[in-house]
Amino acid sequence: MKRLSWFNATSLTLGLAFLYLPMVILVIYSFNAGKLVTVWAGFSTKWYGSLFQNEAFMNAAWVTLKVGFISSCLATILGTMAAIVIVRAGRFPGRTLFSGMIYAPLVMPEVITGLSLLLLFIAIGMDRGVLTIILAHTTFSMCYVSVVVSSRLVAFDESLEEAALDLGCTPFDAFKSVTLPIIAPAVISGWLLAFTLSLDDLVIASFTSGPSSTTLPIKIFSAVRLGVSPEINALSTIMIGIVAFGVITVSLTSKRAITRAKREEQKAFADA
Amino acid sequence: MTESASTGTDFEPWNDPKAVPLIQFKNVTKRFGDFTAIDNLTLDIYAREFYALLGPSGCGKTTIMRMLAGFETATEGTISLSGQDMAPVPPNKRAINMMFQSYALFPHLNVWDNIAFGLKRSSMAKDQIAARVEEMLRLTQLEKFARRKPHQISGGQRQRVALARSLAKAPKLLLLDEPLGALDKKLRQETQFELVDIQEKTGTTFVIVTHDQEEAMTVASRVAVMDHGKVVQVDTPANIYEAPNSVYVADFIGDINIIEGYATPISDTMVSVDFAEGQPKIHTSCPTGLTAPQRISFAIRPEKLLISTEKPTESANILSGKVVDIAYLGNISTYHVKLASGQMIKAQSANTRRIRRRAITWEDDVWISFTDTAGMVLTT
Amino acid sequence: MKRFTLISVPYLWLIVLFLVPFLIVLKVSLSDAALAIPPYSPTLDLSQGWAGILVWLDGLDMENYWFLADDNLYWKAYLSSLKIAAISTFLTFLVAYPFAYGMARAADEWQPTLLMLVILPFWTSFLIRVYAWKAILSVEGFLNQFLLWTGAIHDPLIILNTNVAVYIGIVYTYLPFMILPIYAALEKMDASLLEAAEDLGCSRFSAFWLITFPLSRQGIIAGSFLVFIPAMGEFVIPALLGGSRTLMIGKVLWEEFFSNRDWPVASAVAVILLLILIIPIILFQRNEQKNREAQG
Repeated sequence: MKRLSWFNATSLTLGLAFLYLPMVILVIYSFNAGKLVTVWAGFSTKWYGSLFQNEAFMNAAWVTLKVGFISSCLATILGTMAAIVIVRAGRFPGRTLFSGMIYAPLVMPEVITGLSLLLLFIAIGMDRGVLTIILAHTTFSMCYVSVVVSSRLVAFDESLEEAALDLGCTPFDAFKSVTLPIIAPAVISGWLLAFTLSLDDLVIASFTSGPSSTTLPIKIFSAVRLGVSPEINALSTIMIGIVAFGVITVSLTSKRAITRAKREEQKAFADA
Repeated sequence: MTESASTGTDFEPWNDPKAVPLIQFKNVTKRFGDFTAIDNLTLDIYAREFYALLGPSGCGKTTIMRMLAGFETATEGTISLSGQDMAPVPPNKRAINMMFQSYALFPHLNVWDNIAFGLKRSSMAKDQIAARVEEMLRLTQLEKFARRKPHQISGGQRQRVALARSLAKAPKLLLLDEPLGALDKKLRQETQFELVDIQEKTGTTFVIVTHDQEEAMTVASRVAVMDHGKVVQVDTPANIYEAPNSVYVADFIGDINIIEGYATPISDTMVSVDFAEGQPKIHTSCPTGLTAPQRISFAIRPEKLLISTEKPTESANILSGKVVDIAYLGNISTYHVKLASGQMIKAQSANTRRIRRRAITWEDDVWISFTDTAGMVLTT
Repeated sequence: MKRFTLISVPYLWLIVLFLVPFLIVLKVSLSDAALAIPPYSPTLDLSQGWAGILVWLDGLDMENYWFLADDNLYWKAYLSSLKIAAISTFLTFLVAYPFAYGMARAADEWQPTLLMLVILPFWTSFLIRVYAWKAILSVEGFLNQFLLWTGAIHDPLIILNTNVAVYIGIVYTYLPFMILPIYAALEKMDASLLEAAEDLGCSRFSAFWLITFPLSRQGIIAGSFLVFIPAMGEFVIPALLGGSRTLMIGKVLWEEFFSNRDWPVASAVAVILLLILIIPIILFQRNEQKNREAQG
């Protein structure tokens, strides 16, 4: 049927090369034996070894995972609540302010968010550490979660909930047994998004972290500011690998689920 | 009810002054902001009725249904079920179930779990739930599809799942919101009879909302014709068709010729209608009678008119005109006849002959005749 | 009651951790720098009651803003941020449009894969993606190695630590933000529109300009805002790829705060940056609103 014209094929190829070539080079040179990241000096995995020996990096990675996990769970709960408020709660005093506060962090420059949270923590005399990073990350990622969940909620057919009420559910029961299972995919992707945002954040973490709570991005940033280092390449490769593995697994399972559903559907119509 | 049972097989509790309605609307008004969806509505629905709310979209019929289900509350007036005021009862505590227009089947549950959903919310024992679900599956002939998800079955099957789910709790009253709207025409007609059958088998009171007059006429014991938040007429399908109380009802149900004219009473039950200069007056019965001459609408259904090429010898009313258009519908044809006064009249006749041998064609001069009881005199 | 809890929990969270912090920024921007902890004065002393509040209010002034207005550095930084954000938005559009167009015209079974390939980089660390370019753009980097090898140049180009590297970095990291809305607009376009245009006598090329391009305008506008707004406040890209002469306001704010430890001035810089960004943000939301209404 549709065949790609040479123009479209070229723009797709060049575009994908632009998107992926830098990362491919980064991954290849993480296996470079030499200290320079631009000159190939034979294959080696020694930088991975030295990375795992580097206690500062390992500690930072642990802090990052801890912050990411806790803040994304909190953000998912708060963000889902906020999405329900925005889509379902109707009018209430301060609704405009509420939806403004949900959308503003999405476009707010990170430097401002970071600065403002830092000034808050100082003003209330809170010591900066893991807790303050968690609070900061929860605040901005809950907004992303609420956008993801509310877009699913908007498409949700409210008559399903009415049907549940009609069949004897209390409103809470109806939410738990009908709405939540149906919007679950959006809640899960909201969690994933919040988790990645937290793992990825440099600027806000720099403002809100204390000396004892350095996260991985802060560590990476201070290392690469000085120049490129093969150890960072190795670390990046691991991070890219985890993401690629996760995304490919998810897309393959969902693809398989879709094909299975399609097959069953066809069978259903054949039977009917 | 006892009386109607003793007088014969007819089911007409509304004609029995002693019968107690299951549902009562008393002076119910519903406003959404400035918009009045339901305007001072009073109606009674009796147990075991198949009651149809019929009207164009936006006439308020869905609002009535949602008030019955408990999703909307009346702004004024009371709605009672078996004599009990329903206003304080939330939807999940009402012995009323609803079949949604979109079916609202839970996409993450299979057919079996969809049907069991409401039962699991009651205090019913597990094995009883299973037995009830199986019974419902049998009733709707869905046994084979119990383990399928809603997206794995056809539209007609989905409709039956929705019906089974809403009937599973054996509600006192079942509400059906455009239950057949999503089905194609042939399936819709089959399903209409199935619905009536299931309604009779289960003895449940059904209230159906529809904009399809044919559907309402087929399934309902009584039809309430609605317009702009008001019920215009409530009656049996036959009476709605044969004895509409207003031009609106006459025009909404089926095809009809409406002729405006000036009526003069000639006896207690007969009037003559002067509708155009140079045209003979129409002699027609008017069972309610007119006390004084007045402007009226004379309504007559196309199938009640006889069309012929030769002037009929005896008929109460004979008009002449020219055929300007013919709509051939297979079993019948509708002839559009223009009278000398410019009035257009539609007359229908069954095509008992092959099309080539049809006696009447375009531009023919024809005669239209009808008896003095064929039409209706409508004052509103 | 339940509804009240549902609303108040996220509401309070956002007020305490989003709105209040911002008001503090506003307040600090009106304070004076001081050699103290926290390094600004006055600080609100509630123990003195009403008098304390009056003293506090008296201590606030617009001095930091006058300072910003006087000092060329800040004006230049704002203007240069605007310039860099605008140029890179345009460059992103130039790269994104043919790609989005190719995606929308690709076979249906390929589109989900292409879409995933565009979204995938989102999930990998932003920092790493910017870092990857350091090794490519440096004097002895891969780009120069490649160009020298092909003979296109004889002396290595100096790209890293210049504005050009910042443009490349922004285009690279924000490319998906531009591709996705344009693709969404192109993808929902009815293919029979082009056939109709050709049927009515358009050449392929003029059909593109008269039909496809105008219909993708909403996507272009949305994509441009999505790139321009965050690029304006960008810190990581100019810090890693830009040079000492690359002036961007996000970087200035960072340095004012961490290096100079002048919190009041940093706060004033933040307030002005936000005021500048409010205009495109409002325009963007208007545009989205209009789109939603147009769709139904």
